Amino acid sequence: MIINHPLLGPRDSQEFVYLGDASLIDRPNAMAETALDDFHDYLYLRDNPAGSHKELWFHEQGDRSWLVVTRDVTTHEITDVELASDYAKRRGRDR
Amino acid sequence: MRYSAFRLFLEGLQGQSGWKPVWRDAAPQASYDYVIVGGGGHGLATAHYLAKVYKKARIAVLEKGWIGGGNVGRNTTIIRSNYLLDGNEPLYEFSLKLWEGLEQDLNYNAMVSQRGILNLCHSDVQRDAYRRRGNAMILNGADAELLDQDQVREMAPFLDFENARFPIKGGLLQRRGGTVRHDAVAWGYARSADSHGVDIIQNCEVTGFRIENGAIRGLETGRGYIGTKKIGVAVAGSSSRVMAMAGLRLPIESHVLQAFVSEGLKPLIPGVITFGAGHFYISQSDKGGLVFGGDIDGYNSYAQRGNLPVVVDVLEGGMALMPMIGRARLLRMWGGIMDMSMDGSPVIDRTPIDGLYFNGGWCYGGFKATPASGYAFAHLLATDMPHETATQLRLDRFRTGALIDEKGAGAQPNLH
Ligand SMILES: Cc1cc2nc3c(=O)[nH]c(=O)nc-3n(C[C@H](O)[C@H](O)[C@H](O)COP(=O)(O)OP(=O)(O)OC[C@H]3O[C@@H](n4cnc5c(N)ncnc54)[C@H](O)[C@@H]3O)c2cc1C
Repeated sequence: MIINHPLLGPRDSQEFVYLGDASLIDRPNAMAETALDDFHDYLYLRDNPAGSHKELWFHEQGDRSWLVVTRDVTTHEITDVELASDYAKRRGRDR
Repeated sequence: MRYSAFRLFLEGLQGQSGWKPVWRDAAPQASYDYVIVGGGGHGLATAHYLAKVYKKARIAVLEKGWIGGGNVGRNTTIIRSNYLLDGNEPLYEFSLKLWEGLEQDLNYNAMVSQRGILNLCHSDVQRDAYRRRGNAMILNGADAELLDQDQVREMAPFLDFENARFPIKGGLLQRRGGTVRHDAVAWGYARSADSHGVDIIQNCEVTGFRIENGAIRGLETGRGYIGTKKIGVAVAGSSSRVMAMAGLRLPIESHVLQAFVSEGLKPLIPGVITFGAGHFYISQSDKGGLVFGGDIDGYNSYAQRGNLPVVVDVLEGGMALMPMIGRARLLRMWGGIMDMSMDGSPVIDRTPIDGLYFNGGWCYGGFKATPASGYAFAHLLATDMPHETATQLRLDRFRTGALIDEKGAGAQPNLH
């Protein structure tokens, strides 16, 4: 697979480390009443869809940036790549 | 029809004209007492034990494709019970014992071959870890032997003992481990379940569950609605997709694992051998092909094919371990979708929905578990209590923290 890095252009997926579902960006609020349940779901449960999947890849052997890659997991086709920081800010995080 | 040497002789005289299809092509009935979703090894074994051991009737197995078309027909056929943790080892050892009597139980030749599995170690630390594992196995009634370098050399003289980076220091041997003809396991269980009255319904995809007041009432399928109050789901790589139809999210990611077969060679590899420094394992099929594999590709996948980097990694592992295989030509390679759980161990449990039971999360090691998994799942379905070998394989262990993490890798399925 080739990942089209937003800053560096097309890179071999071998240069990256895979973390998993991009929902890991949405870390729950530890102070909430429901924190115990929220963290269980956050840490252990996954949608695991058969289709388009947003996921976190770390460019370990490159510029060490985190990317959010949108990939069809039934074909390995990548349709979108963006910096995880841009994605996170759009979702209301400060970084 | 029972299989026997006499039967074979008789059919020889009658021009092989008396053989019958091994199971009926059943059409779905309006309702069943038990419906098993998924006609892989685990689903078929569940139906067999439910009917034969637990004496239940009105059972159906629903399979969206054909029997044996899933992972049960895609795996590298290794059986073993060399796990470390108490949550796992009793089930796998129970499974190995069931394998040992399987062919008599099913009256079907599954080619169970206890040719042994040898895990190589390449450092003193690894030897210590294997010693601990071997002791844990013995405590659970399994067999294990720690071999030194000379003993390994005697078994497998062709290994690269003096490899500069990963010299071979010894190994952990389980003589009762080995291989089984995978398709025959599916067919043997299907035949036996059928002969005990189970309807095996192929080309019947489950497309939804009917749930009322938190309890199962039936399921929607490509071949119409079927009423039932007890459903056991055993769909391996499709676990998340099927359970999502009941509104459940699982501690599972689907990943692809690849396998490889070389051209047929004369007998070469004595049993199953695993490389302890990279991920590579190998055995030789009865037809002579070298059957080998390694790591999962490492990212979510429902594509039943993998990518090249892992192919390279597996072949490099093989070359580091036994350089001679560089001369063999690769014949086939394929991939299967694995239900990788968050702690690397399986689940056999009830769900929050009354009458809906789940069996999954087998990762890349569910073939060896087929008999015990089916037995334990049948026990759960029949009695509503966990089988004694599966008490820790609970769905809520991720909430309570009682994880069964053989590798201590944490909630990261691609590291298990
Ligand atoms: C390449 C590879 C190598 C492996 N090597 C080994 C090994 O050496 N040793 C070992 O122990 N394990 C191994 N495994 C793992 C093992 O194959 C699996 O863990 C095990 O087969 C899974 O259980 P099963 O046989 O029931 O799965 P499957 O055979 O996959 O059965 C699941 C069935 O469910 C059906 N299904 C899915 N969705 C639906 C639906 N909606 N409705 C109806 N039916 C549905 C599927 O069509 C499928 O037939 C390997 C796996 C792979 C891919």
